[in-house]
Amino acid sequence: MSAPMLEVRDLHVSYGGIAAVKGIGFEVAAGEMVCLIGANGAGKTTTLKALARLLPAQGAIHYAGHSILHRPVHALIGDGMTLVPEGRGVFARLTVAENLGMGAYCRDNRAEIAADLDRVYGLLPRLKERAPQLAGTLSGGEQQMLAIGRALMSRPKLLLLDEPSMGLAPLMVQKVFEVIRSVAAQGVTILLVEQNARLALSVASRGYVMESGTIALSDSGPALLANPKVREAYLGE
Amino acid sequence: MDTFIQQIINGLVLGSIYALVALGYTMVYGILGLINFAHGEVVMIGALTALTVIKLLANSDLPGTLVVLIGLLAAVPVCMALGFAIERIAYRPLRLAPRLAPLITAIGVSIVLQQLAMIFWGRNYHAFPPILPTSGRDIGGAHITDVQIVIVLLAVAIMAGLMLLVNRTRLGRAMRATAENPQIAGLMGVNINVIISATFLIGSALAAVAGTMVSANYAIAHYHMGFILGLKAFTAAVLGGIGNLPGAMLGGVLLGLIESLGAGYIGDLTGGFLGSHYQDVFAFFVLILVLVFRPSGLMGEKVAERA
Repeated sequence: MSAPMLEVRDLHVSYGGIAAVKGIGFEVAAGEMVCLIGANGAGKTTTLKALARLLPAQGAIHYAGHSILHRPVHALIGDGMTLVPEGRGVFARLTVAENLGMGAYCRDNRAEIAADLDRVYGLLPRLKERAPQLAGTLSGGEQQMLAIGRALMSRPKLLLLDEPSMGLAPLMVQKVFEVIRSVAAQGVTILLVEQNARLALSVASRGYVMESGTIALSDSGPALLANPKVREAYLGE
Repeated sequence: MDTFIQQIINGLVLGSIYALVALGYTMVYGILGLINFAHGEVVMIGALTALTVIKLLANSDLPGTLVVLIGLLAAVPVCMALGFAIERIAYRPLRLAPRLAPLITAIGVSIVLQQLAMIFWGRNYHAFPPILPTSGRDIGGAHITDVQIVIVLLAVAIMAGLMLLVNRTRLGRAMRATAENPQIAGLMGVNINVIISATFLIGSALAAVAGTMVSANYAIAHYHMGFILGLKAFTAAVLGGIGNLPGAMLGGVLLGLIESLGAGYIGDLTGGFLGSHYQDVFAFFVLILVLVFRPSGLMGEKVAERA
């Protein structure tokens, strides 16, 4: 079996003096969609931030066979690993088109960038209509689409998605997850952090359940959906 | 009437210089949230560097305008190196410190630069050699020299260039993204340190131009000229809305006009009780009014409370 695209071993992350992630390990194989679910404060977002090098961490993070524990933040997108941050993080004072351009900041080939822009507009036609608008004027759902579209402009191999459903109306959540599914279908490996466990487990092939900084359970998506403990604690049954 | 037009002309010349300096304040504030109080000293060092080169060449056979241009071109790299070094040495180590720390450091850098300039250039005023053409033209009874026309046109051209850079280029887009959210810009692959250095380099180049203009316009330069000039340009930046580039330009020109008209008419208004040497009072009067009635400035967005 080939080495996984992302391999995390014994990861510790402290956040303001408090140990938020306490020695977790997991892996994501190329082409997989894996989700990390758990309650608020379980350490999911902290884990993603540590992977994106926004927070210092101890342990081992191997991406594409190399340790990235000391890579600078700005180098990772060029390596093919792109985070769509919690709260979307679009540049409100830049236009939609400029935001998408920021996703391709590290790339040089204009023809390829133009082709990818067409692809993103094809996937998210709403963004094309709004291209000259300031991103701050978009609705929450549109901003989430923009954040995903911007990440796609970097041609990611591994996409880290942090709470893409947060604060969105149910209909919009469905739309966002349709987009995520089609991105995965194009062969992009995805690590998804979600509080909406039912939705996350229904799209992901495998899932890890985080509880107060540790991984409590891991299994395939359908198996976790059927797991009585998961049903009781995270699916509200 | 001719006094009025004359003061408008003087105000526009002064205002273009303020605008160039104000841009340096506002660009750094936009990206770092820091008032770079040492920026006025960069202007001063630009002025003295240019003047030193100009004096060296003043007795050569070169035409006066070319000599001034050479002085300007010498001042630009000196100021850029200085601005770069200030950020690297004084501000970067304090990037994560509470906001008061870099602010106090900025004041410290300002004092250090002023003292160094005093040691290097002495306490005396340096006169600008009379090598520039004194020709000019009359407009409605007022007089504008060709040098002043060049100052205004050059300032406008530089500001137009800056707006193109910020709004139309990859670097400019990265600068705006970094100003809005440095962490997310980093995730997009922007090396924040490069952007911050670029901001200081650009601001310092503008300071060099402004310094040369001031010394050419007033025919004088000295080691403490940066302090009051810096404060006024800062006022202009606040007037326009700190962090906002077009605001800095508008604020600069408005402040120049206010000062100039104020100085021109204060004698008449107070029956000769207050004279034109009260010119400096206007800038700070404006600063107080802005801070009280419109703290976000004329073009600024509402400033969030950031501790």
